[in-house]
Amino acid sequence: MFIQVKNLTKSFKDTFAVNNINFEIKESNTVGLLGPNGCGKTTSIGMMLGLIRPTKGQIIIGNEDLETADREKILSQINFASPYIELPKKLTVRQNLEIYGRLYSVQSLKDKILQLAEDLDLKQLLNRKNGELSSGQKNRVSLAKSLINSPKILFLDEPTASLDPDTGDYIRNYILTYKKKNKVTILLASHNMSEVEKLCDSIIMMKNGKIVDRGTCKEIIKKHGRDNLEDTFLKLARSKNET
Amino acid sequence: MKLDKIYALSLRHVYLICSSLPRIIDLIYWPTVQIFLWGFISKFFTLNSSFYSDTIGVILTAAILYDFLFRASISYNMMFLEEIWSRNFTNLFIAPIKLSEIIAALTLTAIFRTLIGLIPASILAIPFFGVSIFKLGIPLLFLLTSLYIFGVTLGLLVTSGLLRYGPSFENIAWASLFFLAPLGCIYYPVEILPMSLQVIAKLLPLVHIFEEMRNILLTGSVNLVELVKSISISLIYFIVGIIIFYTSYSGAKDKGTLINMGE
Repeated sequence: MFIQVKNLTKSFKDTFAVNNINFEIKESNTVGLLGPNGCGKTTSIGMMLGLIRPTKGQIIIGNEDLETADREKILSQINFASPYIELPKKLTVRQNLEIYGRLYSVQSLKDKILQLAEDLDLKQLLNRKNGELSSGQKNRVSLAKSLINSPKILFLDEPTASLDPDTGDYIRNYILTYKKKNKVTILLASHNMSEVEKLCDSIIMMKNGKIVDRGTCKEIIKKHGRDNLEDTFLKLARSKNET
Repeated sequence: MKLDKIYALSLRHVYLICSSLPRIIDLIYWPTVQIFLWGFISKFFTLNSSFYSDTIGVILTAAILYDFLFRASISYNMMFLEEIWSRNFTNLFIAPIKLSEIIAALTLTAIFRTLIGLIPASILAIPFFGVSIFKLGIPLLFLLTSLYIFGVTLGLLVTSGLLRYGPSFENIAWASLFFLAPLGCIYYPVEILPMSLQVIAKLLPLVHIFEEMRNILLTGSVNLVELVKSISISLIYFIVGIIIFYTSYSGAKDKGTLINMGE
């Protein structure tokens, strides 16, 4: 399933959060959405998730226009994980996964929960309340929720933010393994450049609501004459005339 | 609307209530305190004034019914606020569910929460004050239905505000019912109000509900027209509430408040 974004714009009063962006993510590709804070990444993801109505432009998900298509049909094939949103704290991990599994009409739900628990090392946590978990454990649960419906498109917003290096590495490796096993298109927003280099087939750089560069990591690093993605990011983020 | 999705949404709140004894106690505690407070006030009036001698049951029944309305509305708001407080809001709105399924789930689950509070309080009123709301007979079902629809409607209006304006609208959630209470003529007849306010009050279902409750308890007769009127008015408000909820959702999508809504 692919994503196509055409002339996408979102303005709040006189401010353009996203200003006429165009891109395409091919099926089974992982694309990194990069940019400094406030550059329009979250707004762009919000529009692709159907949570924010674009001021202008079009989002095509698997041949269907998000604005006019059957909302339920599209949402049943996508999912989202972010450390900034959580699952109900007072419910156990199992209860949370059960509820979302039911909302996504997952078949053989018990087996699916057990499989995700096995894959993400959550077996011991299934009967614990979400609020009692550490940040790393919560992230794994959040990832499990985002995979409960075996999505064809997965939006990940800083999936390893605030995690220790070991847990972060675990999550990254899991995403890589999952990607190999499943035909999933991923849009990853992250500030962790090594993570982006490890996971993404290509990247889109945003600044002040616009796309300022795009390509594979190697292409972009080479184009800007830097040694790594981190330095390239800093160059683009600090430049004044790119927008 | 799909029943399994409504069930899943309701299950989240049932799990939440059942997993916490303090939550259950909280649901029972406030209606019970309310009943005892009004019970003792009514008893005092009965002992000190011949005017009130026949009306202890009227005041206490009104208190129980008003609490039912209050709990229905607050339950609805609370369940929506729980999603905001737990930062689960975004997860919910990206799930393949319809707004009508969310409304249906909140409406159905609110009755569960409301009854947990109402049943013990209503039963306690019988031995302690000799007052039973069940004396209202079959019309009680109509009165409760009307109150429930209106309570849920108030909940819908507040959740619409929460959707549109975010958690800052929370204080309105708590104040909404107190705003309408004086016009609802819960403890006094509508004639007490100035004529201009009577006109406004009669546009609310509460006046018809509580006037009919007093009529049944004091005269023993049932005015079917008033019962039908109260349910009809409640239903009209409910439909308006649904329209406002959908409009607020649309506004929230424009404003971008559906993403990252939390504490």
